[in-house]
Amino acid sequence: MPMDLCAEIHRSFDDRYTRYARDSLDELPDSFTITDPHIPGHPIVFASPGFLKLTGYDRCEVLGQTAAIFQGPRTSRRSVMEIREAVREERNAQVVLLNYRRDGTPFWMLFSVCPVFSGDGGAVFHFVAVQVPLHKKEGSGVRDFGFGCCRKEVCSDSLSELGRMCSVEQVLERDVIELETEEPCEASDEEKRSAVTAMDRIFSVLTHFSEATGRLVCRKRCSIPDVGLLSTSLIISLGRIKQSFVLTNPHLPDMPIVYVSDAFLKLTGYGRNEVLGRNCRFLGGTDTDTSTLYLIKESIKAEQPCTVRILNYRKDESSFWNFLHISPVRDASGKVAYFVGVQIDDSNKNDDRQCLSPEKGQLSVVGVVKVAVRSLSMTAGSSKS
Amino acid sequence: MMLKIKRVPTVVSNYQKDGAGDTSRPVGGCGRNCLKACCIPDAKLPLYAFKKVNEKDLALHECGEPPVAFLDSLLLGEWEDRMQRGLFRYDVTACETKVIPGEYGFVAQLNEGRHLKKRPTEFRVDKVLQPFDESKFNFTKVGQEEVLFQFEASDDGQIQFFPNAPVDVDNSPSFVAINVSPIEYGHVLLIPRIFECLPQRIDRESFLLALHMAVEADNPYFRLGYNSLGAFATINHLHFQAYYLALPFPIEKAPTKKIANLNGGVKISELLKYPVRGLVFEGGDTVEDLSNVVSDACICLQNNNIPFNVLISDCGKQVFLLPQCYAEKQALGEVDAELLDTQVNPAVWEISGHMVLKRKKDYDEASEGNAWRLLAEVSLSEERFQEVNDLIFEAIGCGELDDNVQGDKEVDAVSSSAHSTVVVVAGSQECVVLQ
Repeated sequence: MPMDLCAEIHRSFDDRYTRYARDSLDELPDSFTITDPHIPGHPIVFASPGFLKLTGYDRCEVLGQTAAIFQGPRTSRRSVMEIREAVREERNAQVVLLNYRRDGTPFWMLFSVCPVFSGDGGAVFHFVAVQVPLHKKEGSGVRDFGFGCCRKEVCSDSLSELGRMCSVEQVLERDVIELETEEPCEASDEEKRSAVTAMDRIFSVLTHFSEATGRLVCRKRCSIPDVGLLSTSLIISLGRIKQSFVLTNPHLPDMPIVYVSDAFLKLTGYGRNEVLGRNCRFLGGTDTDTSTLYLIKESIKAEQPCTVRILNYRKDESSFWNFLHISPVRDASGKVAYFVGVQIDDSNKNDDRQCLSPEKGQLSVVGVVKVAVRSLSMTAGSSKS
Repeated sequence: MMLKIKRVPTVVSNYQKDGAGDTSRPVGGCGRNCLKACCIPDAKLPLYAFKKVNEKDLALHECGEPPVAFLDSLLLGEWEDRMQRGLFRYDVTACETKVIPGEYGFVAQLNEGRHLKKRPTEFRVDKVLQPFDESKFNFTKVGQEEVLFQFEASDDGQIQFFPNAPVDVDNSPSFVAINVSPIEYGHVLLIPRIFECLPQRIDRESFLLALHMAVEADNPYFRLGYNSLGAFATINHLHFQAYYLALPFPIEKAPTKKIANLNGGVKISELLKYPVRGLVFEGGDTVEDLSNVVSDACICLQNNNIPFNVLISDCGKQVFLLPQCYAEKQALGEVDAELLDTQVNPAVWEISGHMVLKRKKDYDEASEGNAWRLLAEVSLSEERFQEVNDLIFEAIGCGELDDNVQGDKEVDAVSSSAHSTVVVVAGSQECVVLQ
């Protein structure tokens, strides 16, 4: 794992709950993980000892990873979709899911996911996922037996007629795996209860320690989300974009930056909190051409895209030529909700013939942002823009 | 009797004019960057060559960064470029859209511009296979600026990207082009082997190409669709559609019941609790396994003159096949006037649950009930659906594909690999072997 991701994962946890919360969570018997949707990729930032034991992974192998590494060929795509939807809509979900251990063996479990809300402002900080392993019920073997018999007859028929020994073995092998893994288990009431109990225990620890940081968390959204707050799903979608860009909200006073990519912070040397909430003009300086600024202003007023070359300044006051593209971004109502500004450091523009041109790369960021903003504001419940 | 319906054809290209075969360009060195012999020798278009995965696991990802991200960089970058160059008839992101409250989450879009400026045209709906007609609009008549890139299998097992590649007509290139009347962001057309001028009919090779495009996109919200003639395709030149909508479609949420496992790992299920009856194909040891089974099912429907739609979803891991009879009913005057008034043509996207509505009134009143009522008219009856399923299972089970129009080579390939055993898992635990 890269050093900065490692640090970010630790900060993600410690800033909310302090590092002492780790010790308390480590004492819980349950199998669970905590993920942070604000870090690109929505990675795991905490994994309980119970989880590591269940899956056979080391902690360092799991932190920074996404839940996808535990899924395999027989994991139901529909169940995965259900979880994805719950995360998107910032709500609870309980799904029976087939996961895979480190050694590749599959196991059924009851997967419960729950968002961790900020006590004020209503933002989602984290998601907690609890895994309760399921046990096959007695008596289901009768059906399996009849089924298996039947399959063998089928195979011996085809064997005599086609003489395809090899593929017959493959058919048999597949059937055995399917019997174990494809017919989904159902969670018993007891197993469902134990998932709820585990979730209660975890939230009690998180809430307790969050008091110490002064950034209280809760299990239910206890206040109306702040105006201008981006939804978790939008943040997750934007986090995938590797280029330098910012999102500004023209409906807030002075059109502040409401999202900033990691690459932007790297390009300019600023920290996230030094950028969010500010108008983009802080990048300008003494030698920045005012006519270029005027052009940008006019394009924004006309809700038209524009491309300019503008002299900008980093935090350390060094200057760079910013090849800047700005485009309006509409939400599902069809109205302009944001402007996206995509930066390229013009002095570093490399001319790799095997890659997309930097200009097309810029436009692709606009495309990804447009799809994310539009799609994620279609559902009334998850829209905050 | 010949069955016809009148509808406003969708304008997919700026070179598509009212009236058959009308092309605005003179032939021969026209200098307008068309796709004809006059301009194509000088053409340079991006070329993306995908890696053919032969491993058992579809989910396997290659190591190392690909030269360009297929969907997020290449496709969306080129699409946004065409948008800013003003090639589309309207800005689709300015079209109001919403998820209709309810269990399924049908998506409604108000699109008042899509059907404008075109006269209703007659379409024959009782023949799924019709010969290619050079005199009608086809994709060789579009301008180069509407083509985003060339798409093909890589010959060295690695993803390759060339920002400016010549077009080798003799090598049968496949193109990805914009649809100038998009129904969502990133709406494109995949035109397999464009210069071969294939009619709208599924063959194994073309379907595999479409499935590979979904795999390359690697995003569950980028789906491909196919409409057969008689199921609301308006252009008889082989093409698939695709676009990007980051929401689950209602059809993807519907429960399914497994009905068969095929040799090769392909699982077939039946859609449950959905207004349109259909089959779902999943799994397969390789992309090709899944592709072949679905193609053979489609070829069976074509040969039996049954109109159908196909949705490729979940990064190419899942394919929905939906035989339909709406156009036929419409031609016979059996569709309710109220439904016809909405002018919604139930093609693959509508059937999947994405409704593009042309009237404000319909948009404002959109409800799950309304969507359901329309789609219920599209579906085959339970009885007919079972008959059609029997045809399909016979075709994919024994592989006697009577596809006499295909070349000898193709037929050989089919017969050598199509004697897979079908095990039908009926609720009664009966096993049926079809050979």
